[in-house]
Amino acid sequence: MPTSPPAAAEAAARPAAASAPAGGRSSRDRLTPYLFLAPALAVYGAFLLYPLARAVQFSFYDYDGLTVGTPVGLANYAAVLTDEGLRDAFGHALVLIGFFSLLPLLIGLVLAALLVRARVRGLPLFRTVVFLPQVIAMVVVAVAWRRIYAPDGTLNEVLRAVGLDGLTRTWLGDYATALPAVGVIGTWYSTGLVTVLLMAGMARVPPELYEAASLDGAGPARQLRAITLPAIRPEIAVALTLTIIAALKTFDLVYVTTGGGPGTSTTVPSYEVYRRAFELGEVGAAAAVGVVLTALIFGINLFVNRVADRQR
Amino acid sequence: MSAPALPGTRRRTPDPAVAPARGPSRGSSAHRAASYVVLVLFALLALGPVATVLVAALTPESPAAGEGLRPANFADAWVQGRFGDYMATSALVAVVVVVAAVLLSIMSGYAFGTMEFRGREVLFYLFLLGIMVPAEAVVVPLFFDLRTLGLTNTVWGIALPQVAQSVAFGTYWMRAYFRTTNRSLIEAARLDGAGSHRILWSVLVPIGRPAITTLVLLVFMWTWNEFLIPLVMAPAGQLRTAPLGLALFQGQYTQGTSLLAAGAVLVALPVVLVYLVLQRHFIRGMLEGAVRE
Repeated sequence: MPTSPPAAAEAAARPAAASAPAGGRSSRDRLTPYLFLAPALAVYGAFLLYPLARAVQFSFYDYDGLTVGTPVGLANYAAVLTDEGLRDAFGHALVLIGFFSLLPLLIGLVLAALLVRARVRGLPLFRTVVFLPQVIAMVVVAVAWRRIYAPDGTLNEVLRAVGLDGLTRTWLGDYATALPAVGVIGTWYSTGLVTVLLMAGMARVPPELYEAASLDGAGPARQLRAITLPAIRPEIAVALTLTIIAALKTFDLVYVTTGGGPGTSTTVPSYEVYRRAFELGEVGAAAAVGVVLTALIFGINLFVNRVADRQR
Repeated sequence: MSAPALPGTRRRTPDPAVAPARGPSRGSSAHRAASYVVLVLFALLALGPVATVLVAALTPESPAAGEGLRPANFADAWVQGRFGDYMATSALVAVVVVVAAVLLSIMSGYAFGTMEFRGREVLFYLFLLGIMVPAEAVVVPLFFDLRTLGLTNTVWGIALPQVAQSVAFGTYWMRAYFRTTNRSLIEAARLDGAGSHRILWSVLVPIGRPAITTLVLLVFMWTWNEFLIPLVMAPAGQLRTAPLGLALFQGQYTQGTSLLAAGAVLVALPVVLVYLVLQRHFIRGMLEGAVRE
C-alpha cells in the first residue's frame, strides 16, 4: 500500500471551482453528496478507522488474545523504549532506512544527473527495467535473493570464481552480515524508483542553466549543488518519504529471508507486531508497536514535507 | 521555482536555434560512453535477481530429470506445488478488492471533487489519514474482531481490509481527477436534465478512463502482492493467496528449489505482464500518486 503523503493537504483548502446554482436546492440535493460518500465511508470506517481506534485501545492492555485483558496504562509504550527486543527492532529499522532510503538517494542522484543530460538512446527501456523491482511481490524478491545469498548461491560462486574464497559465507545466517544483506535487497528495491523519480524532476530543469554554468566554469559538483538540488527538492522529499516508509514497513522480506534471525539480529518493528500478537500472545504490546509505527510514519510524512516546503 | 542564479547565467548565444540543447561538445562523447556503461550496468543489476529465479525455474531439479531447459517445472509447481490453487484464491481476492475499491472510490471522489457540502474538508482529511496507516497497525485488532464475527478464513476477511486501504488512496486519486474535469461539461449535462448519477456514469467515467485504469492497475498490484493481511486473516490455511503460498512453500520444503523458483515466477507473472504492457500507467500512478498536489 502507498503510504505517501499527498501534499494534497493544501490543495484541499482551496475553494472548489464548482459553484452550485445559488439557492433553492432541495433537501434531496443536499443529501446527494453524502449518498455518494456513504459506501466508501462505511467500508473505510469499519475496516480501517475502527480497527485503528481498537489498536490504540488494545495498546493500553495486557492482553493475550484469549482471556480478558488487564489495563496497564502506558506500560506497553514504555516497553518500546525499555524492552531490549523492541529497542533492537527499531534500531534495525534505522539501519534499514540507510539501505532503503539514503543509499538509493545517493546512487539515484548520480545516476539521474548522468543520464538525464546525456543524449543516450534507450532511456525509456532503462526506466522500465530499473522500475521493475517495484512491481514484483516482495515475497518473490525474497525468494530470489535467498538463492543469491545461499551457501552455494550466486554471490559465493562469484567470489570463488574470482579467488576470494575467504569471503564466502552464509550471508543470511551470519550475525555480522544478515542485516546488511537484507538491507542490500532494500537498496536494490528502492534505487530504480528513486532514480526514475529524480530523472523526472531533473528533466524539468532548462538545459541552458547548465550550459551557462559550465561556461562560467562551474564543475559538475557545483552545478549539482547550485542548480539541480534546489530544483528537484519536491522529488527528493517524495523519494525519501516513500523509501523510509518502505523501510519501516519491511515485513514480508524479513519473514521470508531470515525470520528475524540469526538470533534476533534482523527483527524489525513490523515483524515484532506479528510475532508478539500471533506467536507470543502479547497482543497489547503488539498493538502498541503498531501504533508507534503509525505515529512514526505520520511524523516522517509531516517532517519531510515541511522541510521540502519551507526551503522551496 | 527559484534556482539561485549563478553569476552570469544569461544566455550567451544570440540565436537559440544554433545552440545545441546540451553543454560544450568537448568531452561529451566520453560522457556519452560513460552513460551507456552506467545504463547497462544498472539495468543488469536490476535484472540480475530476476534472471536468477527465471534460470532456476527452468533448470531440471536433478541431473536424472534430463538436461537443458525444463518448462515442465511450471506445470509441476501449478499442480504439485498447488500454485494453481493459490493463484485462483489471489485472483478471487483481487477481483473483489479491485471492483469494490474502484467503484466506491469513483463515487466518493466524485462527491469530493465536484460537490460542495458541509464537512467536506474534515471528511477528506479523514480519508487522507488512511493512506498513511500501515497494515501493521490495524491487523491485530482486525484479526480478533473479525474472528468474533466469523469472518477470518473467508475471502471477505482478506478482502475487506484491503478495500478499506485502497478506498483511502482511491478517493484521493479520483478526487484529483474529478477536480480537473471540465465544469461546463457537468453544467451542460445538468441542463440537459441529467441527474448526478447520469452525469457521473455516462459523462465523467467514460472520459476518465485513463485515471480509472491507473487506479485499477495500482489496486490490483497492491492486492496481488499483499502479504501480511492474508497471512493473518486466514490462519487455517485452506485459503492461501499466491505470495502466502510461496512463502509457506519456501518454509516447508528444503528440496525442490526448481519448483520453488517456478512458483515464484508464477506468483510474480500476472503483475509483471500487466506492467510490461501498461508500464506508463504504473510509473505515472506510483510517482504522481505521491507527488502531485
